[in-house]
Amino acid sequence: MTTPIRRLLVANRGEIARRVFATCRRLGIETVAVHSDADAAMPFVGEADVAVRLPGDAPSETYLRSDLILDAARRTGADAVHPGYGFLSENAEFARAVVDAGLVWVGPAPESIEAMGSKIRAKELMRAAGIPVLEAPASPATADLPLIVKASAGGGGRGMRVVRDLDRLDDEIAAARAEADSAFGDGTVFLERYVERGRHVEVQVVGHPDGILVLGERDCSIQRRHQKVVEESPAPRLPERTRASLHEAARAVAAAIDYRGAGTVEFLYDAGADRFFFLEMNTRLQVEHPVTELVHGVDLVELQLTVAEGRSPDPRTIGETYGHAIEVRLYAEDPAADWQPQSGLLTMVDVPGVDGRFDLLNRPGLRLDSGVESGSEVSTHYDALLAKLVAWAPTREQAARRLAAALRGARLHGLVTNRDLLVGILGDPAFAAGEVSTAFLDDHPVRTPAPDPDACVAAALALAEHDRSTRTVQQGVPVAWRNVVSQAQITRFSGSSAQVGGRAPAQADDPVEVAWYGGRDGYVVHGLVVRATSPTGVTLERDGVATTYDVQVTGDRVDVDAPSGHVALTVVPRFTDPADAVSSGSLLAPMPGTVVGVAVTKGDHVAAGDPVLVLEAMKMQHTVSAPHAGTVTDLTVRPGDQVAAGEVLALVEEKQ
Amino acid sequence: MTVTNREAMLAKLADLDAEHAKAVGGGGQKYVDRHHARGKLLPRERIELLVDPGSAFLELSPLAGWGSDFTVGASVVTGIGVVEGVECLITANDPSVKGGASNPWTVKKIFRASQIAEENNLPTISLVESGGADLPTQKEIFIPGGKLFRDLTRASARKQPTVALVFGNSTAGGAYVPGMSDYTVMVKEQAKVFLGGPPLVRMATGEEADDESLGGADMHARISGLADYLAEDELDAIRIGRRIVARLNRRTMRTEPVPPFVEPDADVDGLLDLIPADLKEPFDPRAVIVRIVDGSSPGNARAFDEFKPLYGASLVTGWARIHGRPIGILANAQGVLFSEEAQKATQFIQLANQADTPLLFLHNTTGYMVGAEYEQGGIIKHGAQMINAVSNSTVPHLSVIMGASYGAGNYGMNGRAYDPRFLFTWPSAKAAVMGPAQLAGVLSIVARAAREARGQEYDEKGDAEMRALVEASVEEQSLPFFLSGMLYDDGVIDPRDTRTILAICLSVIENAPFTGAGGYGVFRT
Repeated sequence: MTTPIRRLLVANRGEIARRVFATCRRLGIETVAVHSDADAAMPFVGEADVAVRLPGDAPSETYLRSDLILDAARRTGADAVHPGYGFLSENAEFARAVVDAGLVWVGPAPESIEAMGSKIRAKELMRAAGIPVLEAPASPATADLPLIVKASAGGGGRGMRVVRDLDRLDDEIAAARAEADSAFGDGTVFLERYVERGRHVEVQVVGHPDGILVLGERDCSIQRRHQKVVEESPAPRLPERTRASLHEAARAVAAAIDYRGAGTVEFLYDAGADRFFFLEMNTRLQVEHPVTELVHGVDLVELQLTVAEGRSPDPRTIGETYGHAIEVRLYAEDPAADWQPQSGLLTMVDVPGVDGRFDLLNRPGLRLDSGVESGSEVSTHYDALLAKLVAWAPTREQAARRLAAALRGARLHGLVTNRDLLVGILGDPAFAAGEVSTAFLDDHPVRTPAPDPDACVAAALALAEHDRSTRTVQQGVPVAWRNVVSQAQITRFSGSSAQVGGRAPAQADDPVEVAWYGGRDGYVVHGLVVRATSPTGVTLERDGVATTYDVQVTGDRVDVDAPSGHVALTVVPRFTDPADAVSSGSLLAPMPGTVVGVAVTKGDHVAAGDPVLVLEAMKMQHTVSAPHAGTVTDLTVRPGDQVAAGEVLALVEEKQ
Repeated sequence: MTVTNREAMLAKLADLDAEHAKAVGGGGQKYVDRHHARGKLLPRERIELLVDPGSAFLELSPLAGWGSDFTVGASVVTGIGVVEGVECLITANDPSVKGGASNPWTVKKIFRASQIAEENNLPTISLVESGGADLPTQKEIFIPGGKLFRDLTRASARKQPTVALVFGNSTAGGAYVPGMSDYTVMVKEQAKVFLGGPPLVRMATGEEADDESLGGADMHARISGLADYLAEDELDAIRIGRRIVARLNRRTMRTEPVPPFVEPDADVDGLLDLIPADLKEPFDPRAVIVRIVDGSSPGNARAFDEFKPLYGASLVTGWARIHGRPIGILANAQGVLFSEEAQKATQFIQLANQADTPLLFLHNTTGYMVGAEYEQGGIIKHGAQMINAVSNSTVPHLSVIMGASYGAGNYGMNGRAYDPRFLFTWPSAKAAVMGPAQLAGVLSIVARAAREARGQEYDEKGDAEMRALVEASVEEQSLPFFLSGMLYDDGVIDPRDTRTILAICLSVIENAPFTGAGGYGVFRT
């Protein structure tokens, strides 16, 4: 029985919601978005035909609320639900609730989700079906090291700990259990042998009424903190015999549970021994599905919808297998600061030369699947994935080069991203040789390029042009014109360590100083020829070589994109109001007076609004209170002291 | 080897740079270093921080005092800068020159600055740090110097705001600069503002008082109320000064946006080739005009529309735009002004007044024509008409002395005495009652006639010496640095900067309303 889908609700956000909508638009299916408050202005919301607000920001209040999502489907007349990845995509209960509500569930049967949901059960199943799995020693000995503790319900690296020392085993299990419990609500963990330099190879399958389609494999070995950052298809340096065995194993896995829909069977491949082991099966669309789509000429979302409608894929919707595709995940995160996720305004997202967005591309090229656009606000509530950039080319080498160039040329302003790291990986000789493994980033610390010192000059001149463009008088007069020249113009910038090409400057706090002259003959900078200037671009020539810098000025922030990379700078203001310079938490005398009472002593903890001291002035008593909760770290006055207006009386350090 | 016009001009420009460098150098490296070592900024450093980033600063009278016993620049910097989008007249004492003490040239320079602020309705910002009057020359300062304070309060009465940022000493008479200003900012532990310092107070009344209690910034901010703002340091004072200007609510008279404009049709750099090294050679001012006015573009179909081109050909008149602003131009072509030129000028000035269009005078004149034919033809009458029109014209005038500016030609072409809003000089200029050789020759003829009348022998050798001496002295006194030193212009400029300077002046002029003259003196016909 087939059930045509007319209106599809995507129970997800960001780039994956946009990805599903793109296929729907192509197929003529109406779309419904659901969104949290924080996502109200995100592109995916506006792209849907209708959108339903899920009040709140936290996933637990919004994208994980199956009741609200089903209500949204009812209210909008949606007849199908696509879960995307993450959130409720592998939640069997939700799948069941969707089906029970009389809607089409775009995903495998709830039973399949359950069968694979527990990694322990899935392993048992595979062992029974004769698929190799990584066995855990019954009583671990030093010879079995290293081991890995994994959460049974896990994913995304959470609840995963590598054990290299038997003494640490119990602690790591406990830690993993706690992490798993908080992340998945299930503290079950299990132990596996850990393959040090293993590769993560996964096979894309699509189960349908007439069989199982195997759409090649992907290598997703390069990971940071157990999260994939670079994925490609086909897997490099894989013997053809092994490749065929992997495909067959994947087919067997899917067949073992009569799998329907798109799924991924993940294997650990030990390249040294040319052996592979079943890890788990993901019963959903994967983040990295575009590489398969490009190489195999298929729209995996379309296939998902076809199978959900109860049909088998039309062979005409499956193209020929051609070339090599590599995907990188652009995250708003700071690789130099322990991968800390970044939040805030993305003032610019622009990847020149993109051939298609969420699109199969009819010839090799560049594909961008982005959840954000220039001006998007990245919130702290969700995954920091901004976009996926995919290059498809006849060969792996060509794809890597194209992708690295596109990344270098991309303009990503406002937040620190992992772009430089990705460029570094793609240019690494080990990567070029296909020597990838899950330990790649540990074995090959990526060297990010040194920032171009002239980028600061470009920033200063673009800023001057920007100032010129906002003048209200003397608009046409040359910048910084002087009839009597006495000194250079000075522009100062500060840039956080990560922002200046991802490397810490010699002295982190030192501002960069650019000295330049304006006037009749245009800009003059020592050692450089200034060829062209505008508020958005500067061309500088050094030793006969001209370089063009793209510049974006946003308030006191200046972003410079040069061929050598991106530099983000902050203008150091010429003046600071001393009132603003006082360390936060300082209590200042509101007027001159006499201290008549001190309510605290140094080291005391105070709550916001607690009285700290009392001043008497003009025969009136004034209570000076704590601006926030914290500790009194300084107290400079005693009762009877005369104080001047603005004098610092005490310091309350805010509680972290 | 003959020197090209360009080489001659470049040599003069190099001299100009050297003279400007003297002004910038202030009291010399030793005093500059000492000032910096105290954590203090030089006047131009203060100004650079005060004006909007990337805006222009037009320094005025930088060569004041040139040729005198005082340091070039007269220990004060004056100029027009843009602060928070407002064109302001800025003055800044140079404390590296004798503690910023005022000499007679300082006073004249500040008077000129005040006049510019008054005529163009500009706020004045005084960056004060001066030890007071230069005592050896007090006789030339004390009596006329009172005008400084009168000007400040009259500016205030005209609602032209006055802001004083006090960085250091501002004592005795100098105390009235903050005293007469609308807003006063004093730098903590630096500003000292009192009528009498500790020694004078002890002499006068026997009271023992220290600097701080007599005139410290803190005292003035908390007790006397003379300081409206107490600044933490110099930067903070400048920051506060900018905030004060931001809140002045100044608006220019311009109600419509400046129309778009393009750069000149001819290469500005070519100006260096145009001016003959020897001013006896005439040059075509149209070649200058096309290098300083807006190029032709939609909305400005012709760069320069010449008026009455066939009449009075040794004076070029016509209409153009500079940075989108209309201007009428009078430029000498063949040096001499005849009756026709004078009448043409008179009519043109009246036309500009009818249309409320500012005027630009480009000088290269040897004066009105002399000789029986011309006297009988009424050259005095016609010259008087031109001077009448110039004197009573009420549209703003700008003057640039490109070459010669001799005799009554200087008057008719709106010389200093005729109060153009701004007057700048090219390094090639010369101005005097007549050419040095002519002047020496006239003196010789007069002396010879006197001797001969008394029947005495004329000393030919002495005459030759006298002529050489007079010629050299007049030559020196008609040169731009000398004239600029005397405050007879607002500065000697690089010809290539002329367009920019005129554009700044035309923008500055828009701060005060003006309308063309309704009446003139009696035109003698």
